[in-house]
Amino acid sequence: MAAPPTSADLALPEVLKESGQREVFCGLTSIVWLHRRMPDAFFLVVGSRTCAHLIQSAAGVMIFAEPRFGTAILGERDLAGLADANDELDRLVRELLERRPEIRTLFLVGSCPSEVIKLDLQRAAERLSAQLAGQVRVLNYSGSGIETTFTQGEDHALMAMLPLMPSSDEDQLLIVGTLADAVEDRFRLLFERMGVPRVRSLPPRRSTELPPVGAGTRLLLAQPFLSGTARALVHRGARLLESPYPFGVEGSRLWMEAAAAAFGLAPAAVAAVLDPLVTRGRRALEPHRRELEGRRLFLLPDSQMEIPLARFLARECGMELVEVGTPYLDRQLMAAEMALLPAGTRLSEGQDVERQLERVRAERPDLVVCGLGLANPLEAEGIATKWSIELVFSPIHGCDQAGELAELFARPLHRRQRLSFV
Amino acid sequence: MELTLWTYEGPPHVGAMRIASSMEGVHYVLHAPQGDTYADLLFTMIERRNRRPPVTYTTFQARDLGGDTAELVKRTIKAAVERFQPEALLVGESCTAELIQDQPGSLAHGMDLGGVPVVSLELPAYSKKENWGAAESFYQLVRGLLKDQMPPPGFAKPSPQRWRQEGRRPRVNLLGPSLLGFRCRDDVLEISKLLASHGIDVSVVAPLGARPADLMRLPDADANVCLYAEVAGTVCSWLERSFGMATVKTVPIGIGATRDFLKEIFELLGLEIAAASEDESRLPWYSRSVDSTYLTGKRVFIFADATHALAAARIASQELGFEVVGLGTYSREQAREVRAAAKELGLEALISDDYLAVEKAMAEAAPELVLGTQMERHSAKRLGVPCAVISSPLHVQDVPARYSPQMGWEGANVIFDSWVHPLMMGLEEHLIGMFRHDFEFVDGHRSHLGDGAPERSQPGISSEGAASEPSPDPGAQAPAAEAAPWSGESTWSADGEAELAKIPFFVRGKVKRNTETFAREREVALISAETLYDAKAHFSR
Repeated sequence: MAAPPTSADLALPEVLKESGQREVFCGLTSIVWLHRRMPDAFFLVVGSRTCAHLIQSAAGVMIFAEPRFGTAILGERDLAGLADANDELDRLVRELLERRPEIRTLFLVGSCPSEVIKLDLQRAAERLSAQLAGQVRVLNYSGSGIETTFTQGEDHALMAMLPLMPSSDEDQLLIVGTLADAVEDRFRLLFERMGVPRVRSLPPRRSTELPPVGAGTRLLLAQPFLSGTARALVHRGARLLESPYPFGVEGSRLWMEAAAAAFGLAPAAVAAVLDPLVTRGRRALEPHRRELEGRRLFLLPDSQMEIPLARFLARECGMELVEVGTPYLDRQLMAAEMALLPAGTRLSEGQDVERQLERVRAERPDLVVCGLGLANPLEAEGIATKWSIELVFSPIHGCDQAGELAELFARPLHRRQRLSFV
Repeated sequence: MELTLWTYEGPPHVGAMRIASSMEGVHYVLHAPQGDTYADLLFTMIERRNRRPPVTYTTFQARDLGGDTAELVKRTIKAAVERFQPEALLVGESCTAELIQDQPGSLAHGMDLGGVPVVSLELPAYSKKENWGAAESFYQLVRGLLKDQMPPPGFAKPSPQRWRQEGRRPRVNLLGPSLLGFRCRDDVLEISKLLASHGIDVSVVAPLGARPADLMRLPDADANVCLYAEVAGTVCSWLERSFGMATVKTVPIGIGATRDFLKEIFELLGLEIAAASEDESRLPWYSRSVDSTYLTGKRVFIFADATHALAAARIASQELGFEVVGLGTYSREQAREVRAAAKELGLEALISDDYLAVEKAMAEAAPELVLGTQMERHSAKRLGVPCAVISSPLHVQDVPARYSPQMGWEGANVIFDSWVHPLMMGLEEHLIGMFRHDFEFVDGHRSHLGDGAPERSQPGISSEGAASEPSPDPGAQAPAAEAAPWSGESTWSADGEAELAKIPFFVRGKVKRNTETFAREREVALISAETLYDAKAHFSR
């Protein structure tokens, strides 16, 4: 890798802060994976037709007969007299729960319009919870674009569940952030083998089976976008483990080691579990590394996973980082990641999409990671792209997935080599 | 407040985006919060567009709301005009911006933008939807660009036959084709070819592919052809009122409609009516050929935008010999026409934008073929009924690489193939069922419906679980009671069920229902094979 100019202070790399048009989804989008994680929960967005259309478009296809999410669309009547908006919501919720008696937790999800008209969803949730006591718990959070980007929706949803978590000082490892079920099972098994006493997850698979939290809780973030949840759990006594995120062999190893160290497990026992995984993971990475090595990568801000992914692609796949964009930078949650980034990596926070695209065109990277709105236009300009949304829907965590994760980035390049029209 | 799970139409500003994105040289500044940029993917992914929609968003966030969002709007407008140098600028707002009342249109009018025509779009997001937004935006843009050309009140209407005096070929505008409309790209080509073959030129196609300057020469044509009323209806009636331009309203989808379309346009333009030959399309012969006799009376359920629902009803009932058992639309603006067409077929139209209501009506109608949107395709899949997509809202697969218009003679060919093939697959399914006991047969082999093709005991009830979320069958069969006295319920005997199982799956639901009705009416507690045949004889009258 060519040595880029070194930054004077490695702990604080230069960050280009931008504001302007942002090509990112709002937090409502995270409902697409949250509702699958908790099949006994329903997400009711209180918003506009735009909200309904956004979730439908982001989900790509209409997979479910009757999805476990929907939108209470505000009409002119609701806007004209706020007084009856609460009655209307009560009526809708009653109708909905009659249809879906299996629902145990109902999330009222605030949107841009509901925030702007200051519809008090917290009070609505309290009122409905009291009415439905013993049957359904009603929680609320905001997934609005004026307050959240894309993956931050999950952060806000988890924070809404937090007050319902029981207190316990029992020793436990709490993995926070939605993982694919298979990946989660795998991590549990590995932690069990290492000797971690108790492993629990937030969000849980059943919305009513919330894990406890307290002084014995070691908090391990599986996703890098849970700033608010992490802080709130720390406030409840949990200890936040500092580690890179479990992407790639290196990140996954450090992540699991951080958990093991927090329980004072014998390093030899931990290494006995992890060493074979690392060897196998590196072997799986190798063919993709050959494809990616030396290729220049530009990540546009989207899912908040850009920095960990850039670290993986630079250190384990040999890619050269042109620019790493992130919707917002949480220096505490990213500290371990930023320490591993090559010196002088250009980080950008926020977005002015036109200016950023100018930099993309000027730099002509080999691969751009971006959202669905930008991918085809960049491809048409001759620039290979990887859609970032796939990264939040695919099982990519852990040593065992490192090969697949690298393959996601190698595929667009590989495809270009295969295609020929001469 | 209205509960919506999946929606047929987006918000009205998405309609405005369809107009801007369909055209060249137009830019749209949209005052909208972070997240509303999702709409770009409709164009770049579903339509596979190779460039971003010409839309600049203000993407305001909570912290901006405390400050001066009006200033943000002005900054965004200025930057967009400098960067994109549009020939016309649309300025509007999405649902949230409408609430904060920055009036971006007025702000733009107050700015020095170097003479770019500015059209302010006010699209009420809490009462209107996408198609209305598209029609209104197209109308506002045309009106804004043509207002200086408007003839004075009481002007003499130009004759649609003036081309003769002017010594030129007649020419018409094709209005309404847009991105995210159904097969618009190919329809324009097909209708242009059709008109050219009769000596009629196409003057302007809009919005698809038009520039603002093209819109300014709309009045040069002898007439407007309103291809898609959902998008162009408002513009056409305004051009009729303000410029005296006649509108051709017949939508040329299907053989009969294409002939009517030519007749209407010939009469209007004063052209000699050519003897239309049937050979122009293969549909009439294909429909008459013996192979098609099995299409007779096939029960078809239609739900689409009004343009395609109306066309489908006519083709299905008259040109393919189907029986239309359900007709509806989500286009409330054109509900009247759809109601009238349904009435002619002895039906009551379903006007709804609730896909669950549509699915329920579909199940109750027990169709053998569904013609619908992507939403109905999903519903039909769950009910195990073949489906062809005939209208927006669409999916990437509805934007095919090949030439596949719906309009004109070639459109009729395309329609024959795309509606009949799913049914042929249904027949194949039946044959597979017939031969399933042959030893060569691999168990579980199914052609296109997959093993999941459900056999519903009651088509009116659909289990709400999805493939990935199996739920226990609420209608689990009670064990058959032996010669039980009449208790208000009929149950099936073993031989009755065995006989029922021999009936092809795609009519089994209907036979089962008919037999149960028959048994109930006669208070037969136990349905045997004989009861089934008694019922069959009863209903065959």
